[in-house]
Amino acid sequence: MTSTVTSASDVAAKPSGQNLRFYGLWVVAAIALVVLPLIFSSGGSLTSFSLIGIAIIFALSYNILLGETGLLSFGHAVHYGLGGFAAVHMMNAVTSHGWPIPLPVIPLVGGIGGLGLALLIGWVMTRRAGTVFAMISLGIGELVASSSLILRSVFGGESGISTDRTALPHIFGWTFGPQIQVYYLIAFWVLVSAMAMYALTRTPLGRICNAVRDNPGRVEFIGYDPHVVRYLAYCFAGFFAGIAGGLAAINFEIANSAYLGAVQSGMVLFATFIGGASYFFGPILGAILVTYLQLGLTSVTSVWQLYFGIIFIGIVMFAPGGIAGLLMMHRPLIRARTLGLVIPSYLVATLPTLALACGVILSIETVARYTVTGGEGNIVKLLGIPFNTTAPTTWGIAAVLVVGGFIVARITWRRIAEAWDRAASIARDRGYLA
Amino acid sequence: MLELIVISTLNGVLFGMLLFLLSSGLTVIFSMMGVLNFAHASFYMLGAFFGYQLTKWIGFWPALVLAPLLVGAVGMAVERYGLRNTHKHGHVAELLLTFGLAFAIEEIVSMIWGKSPVDYRVPAALDFPAFTIFSTNYPAYKIFMLAISVLIFVALLVALKRTRVGLIVQAALTHPHMVGHLGHNVGRIFMLVFGVGSALAGLAGVIAGPALVTQSDMAALLGPILFVVIVFGGLGSLPGAFIASLFTGLVQTFAVALNGSLASAFGPLDPSIGPSVLTDIWNVTIAQIAPVLPYVLLVVILIVRPMGLLGTRET
Repeated sequence: MTSTVTSASDVAAKPSGQNLRFYGLWVVAAIALVVLPLIFSSGGSLTSFSLIGIAIIFALSYNILLGETGLLSFGHAVHYGLGGFAAVHMMNAVTSHGWPIPLPVIPLVGGIGGLGLALLIGWVMTRRAGTVFAMISLGIGELVASSSLILRSVFGGESGISTDRTALPHIFGWTFGPQIQVYYLIAFWVLVSAMAMYALTRTPLGRICNAVRDNPGRVEFIGYDPHVVRYLAYCFAGFFAGIAGGLAAINFEIANSAYLGAVQSGMVLFATFIGGASYFFGPILGAILVTYLQLGLTSVTSVWQLYFGIIFIGIVMFAPGGIAGLLMMHRPLIRARTLGLVIPSYLVATLPTLALACGVILSIETVARYTVTGGEGNIVKLLGIPFNTTAPTTWGIAAVLVVGGFIVARITWRRIAEAWDRAASIARDRGYLA
Repeated sequence: MLELIVISTLNGVLFGMLLFLLSSGLTVIFSMMGVLNFAHASFYMLGAFFGYQLTKWIGFWPALVLAPLLVGAVGMAVERYGLRNTHKHGHVAELLLTFGLAFAIEEIVSMIWGKSPVDYRVPAALDFPAFTIFSTNYPAYKIFMLAISVLIFVALLVALKRTRVGLIVQAALTHPHMVGHLGHNVGRIFMLVFGVGSALAGLAGVIAGPALVTQSDMAALLGPILFVVIVFGGLGSLPGAFIASLFTGLVQTFAVALNGSLASAFGPLDPSIGPSVLTDIWNVTIAQIAPVLPYVLLVVILIVRPMGLLGTRET
């Protein structure tokens, strides 16, 4: 009974052991970033790691808005894209003028680009929160994306602006030609940005952002202007998104209007929300998962975006805390040692839920490939079993899996809920919040 | 010049009325449930594709009735099984749900009907020039579209202002709890309103499909403009949505028709010695910036009058 969980006392009297654990976590993260490419050294995995790193910074920057300040933006890619263009123009300028600016500093230029735009448009945008902010961010996003096609000299029209990252002055003999060097550059910035953004959540500004998210009226009473707080949060988010954009520009050696577009904004929203906006590590999980799915699914199925949409809808409806929220729900149970009560019902639910998922996947793939004629086009391979999408047996199997799976799965889900309630109430009795 | 003005006005009013078919549903749903339905433009797209498919199977006229009903049914299902369950998680979750839906619907449509435009044609009975004005043939189908939208507009007005159902809906907009205490099933009213709103969007899709391009990105193209319209008109204000729809329709149509640029207006003052960005702005034609104009309007109205044209509340 020594550590009853109340967040206030948690903050006030933090034992030094916890501090050590906290710094240890960052050290472990740093070591993992260094060691990862040594274990998985193929070109493909290096590219994936680089993309994931960029996505992590971008998703974390988005979470300054969504998770910390409660601002739902549909146009966050604007800052990402502007950062990318700023970085590309800077790199080209450095090359042509022979300035002594090495590549590792370039993401900072991207960040300044994102910050500049945020300073410019943020004041009007953050006047109000909630739905209105969401709409305005959508409108501004479209405005910038459409303008980018008109201002050809800056944004390069449809083809974009390309650059050469190896032409910049080298330091320590690093040319940044090979992907491994670019990976380490990205990893460095991931660590620095993640630490900076975590530190931001611990500052008074970060705390007042949380307050603005939860109760703006109250914040006004104690003398802060929610508008200013939202504006500051918006600027920080724009800055870090710009860093991500700059890294993307370095990684691809090009910046084009797709960086700014609605698809990019949608992806970062998906990553952040699927990962979980209410915990700092949520967007990291989400960025890893979404990027991994994006890379992995495109080669398997032509309708991978539909799966994203379905996963997203599922998360919104059934687990608004995202994956991080789902994981953290179990913490009080683990502490109270009542997790064992829930696990059997999880195991029971696994099979019908998997059957349901397989049925849904089979139906989607059947519809998607029905029109493809000839060759291997209309064969779906699921769990190693080939299904012909034009054969009625496949439709039958899909229907049985979906309907049967759903009926059985619903019963098992109810059992999970019951077991969960039991475990949670015991945990509550033992003094752990649940 | 006169020809351009007359034709563009006609087209602009037509586009504006189409926008109003969509924005009216969106506005009523918003003021009633507090949900900004991101998937509203997707219902419009569904309407167009259902219309196309049903026209192929049973002809245009049955499709004109059936497709909106189908879309309305889809809308009601979304409200009943999606939004109602998400309501407890708050407005952001509801907005995100409709966002995910919009995304999924676009993918489903492009999965079934492909990504390229489908061959959705004007029905033969309406495929003739209605009148000739300044040597331009004005198609009868456009007049038909205009007639349908005006008809729906009037019907909506009468239904809201003159009938008992309209009275209850109006009451539920502002005092849902009171309406519930009086014995009305507010949940069912919400579902019905959502269904009618979606059906209107579907109808707009059915009649706009043949005139515009029926393609899987049509929702993504129209959706942002729709939001501009309702923010511009004032969130939750039906008259505001009407004015904003017409205004946006006219502005966009005229912008597309005009071919002027700063360079053509002030030719000798060419700033080509300055930075190249200026040259870009100098040479861009009004037609080219037409897609940007609604968003410029949005920014301007937000700076000048943040609650929108006829909006009364700061949400």
